[in-house]
Amino acid sequence: MAASAQPAPSSSPPALQLTHPPGAAGARIVGLGDYRPTRVVTNEELSRRVDTDDQWIRERTGIAERRIAESETVADMATEAAAKALADSGLAAGEIDLIVAATCSAENRLPGIAAVVAGRLGMPAPGAYDLNAACAGFCYALANAADAIRAGNARRVLVIGVEKLSDITDWDDRSTCIIFADGAGAAVVEASDSPGIGPVAWGSDGARSDTITCLADDPYLRMEGPAVFRWATTSLTAVGRRACELAGITTRDLDALVLHQANLRIMDSLARSLGVRDKVLARDIVEAGNTSAASIPMAMTRMRNSGEIASGDLALLLAFGAGLTYAGQVVRIP
Amino acid sequence: MPASESDILQGLAEILNEVAGVDVEQVTPEKSFIDDLDVDSLSMVEVVVAAEEKFEVRIPDDDVKNLRTVGDAVSYIKSAGVAA
Repeated sequence: MAASAQPAPSSSPPALQLTHPPGAAGARIVGLGDYRPTRVVTNEELSRRVDTDDQWIRERTGIAERRIAESETVADMATEAAAKALADSGLAAGEIDLIVAATCSAENRLPGIAAVVAGRLGMPAPGAYDLNAACAGFCYALANAADAIRAGNARRVLVIGVEKLSDITDWDDRSTCIIFADGAGAAVVEASDSPGIGPVAWGSDGARSDTITCLADDPYLRMEGPAVFRWATTSLTAVGRRACELAGITTRDLDALVLHQANLRIMDSLARSLGVRDKVLARDIVEAGNTSAASIPMAMTRMRNSGEIASGDLALLLAFGAGLTYAGQVVRIP
Repeated sequence: MPASESDILQGLAEILNEVAGVDVEQVTPEKSFIDDLDVDSLSMVEVVVAAEEKFEVRIPDDDVKNLRTVGDAVSYIKSAGVAA
């Protein structure tokens, strides 16, 4: 460029350099909590509405009962789970500087659940946003939390997975109403000297976005069960192995496998193909059903509280759902 | 060399036995997967995935829906194997 032939006057100030304070070496989970709605719906109750029975449901899904939010809202469930996770962490509400809530079933388009929870728990001014990666949402949110901490944009993050799928379930469709349920789970994530949350292995297959939907012209969640089953059982083993590899371990080093509680048949198949059937396997689905983004933190909380897994154990989290989206990471149990 | 119909039938019987616990003797061409062999939709997916691997064929989801009987699957795999 001709103009650049003119040397800049030596007196002009150098371009301003922006600063970015260094982040933490790692992030780890320091608190867990869940909320399970009070209303239990048994397989027997469903069999009075649609053509099914207890054995049929158990054989195809592994589910014995599920919980449905009758009076609780998404914000109610999220707040309860968050309060328990906060108490478990020993931190004060005011110490949280970011909230990420994963959900695809909030009743209201606005305001976002994360900000509502912040207000209810008396957090003065945390960053707050919701994200929708369907059933994979919690693992996406957890990755966002760990990255924000490592980048220096937050020190303590509250991560929530919450769903009220009963609102978008077609109770006359026996292929879906036997599966979906409501609940919330939360984790508090804090900066640490060494990583307690491994790198995320995530991705999507948007070419198959029509296999799980809840569309503008149909109020209900629709799923092509066999197609999703095939995708999940054949594509996700590599994702789980990749998450372990990124964290510098192999599946043999794991203590537990916490899969999205989609369907016990998918979960058994993945446990087999990952070669971890001898590890502790999350089976919260039997009593909680499929709670989408809430299923992993709910399962993890239950396993830790019941003593199935212990503080310091290594668990592979692996979630998958509409999109199709998927994400997995290795975490150390608080 | 493409597998013969009897090879495919035998291979399917082995898969059905392993995936869904179906008695090998029960697997004959006229049998319906769902009605006669009690293979549910998810087990059918597992059978298809195992068959793809065993016979080195592709059986897309849209075609799986048309495989009602064991004989349907044998013919499909045979022609898919030839096409490959």
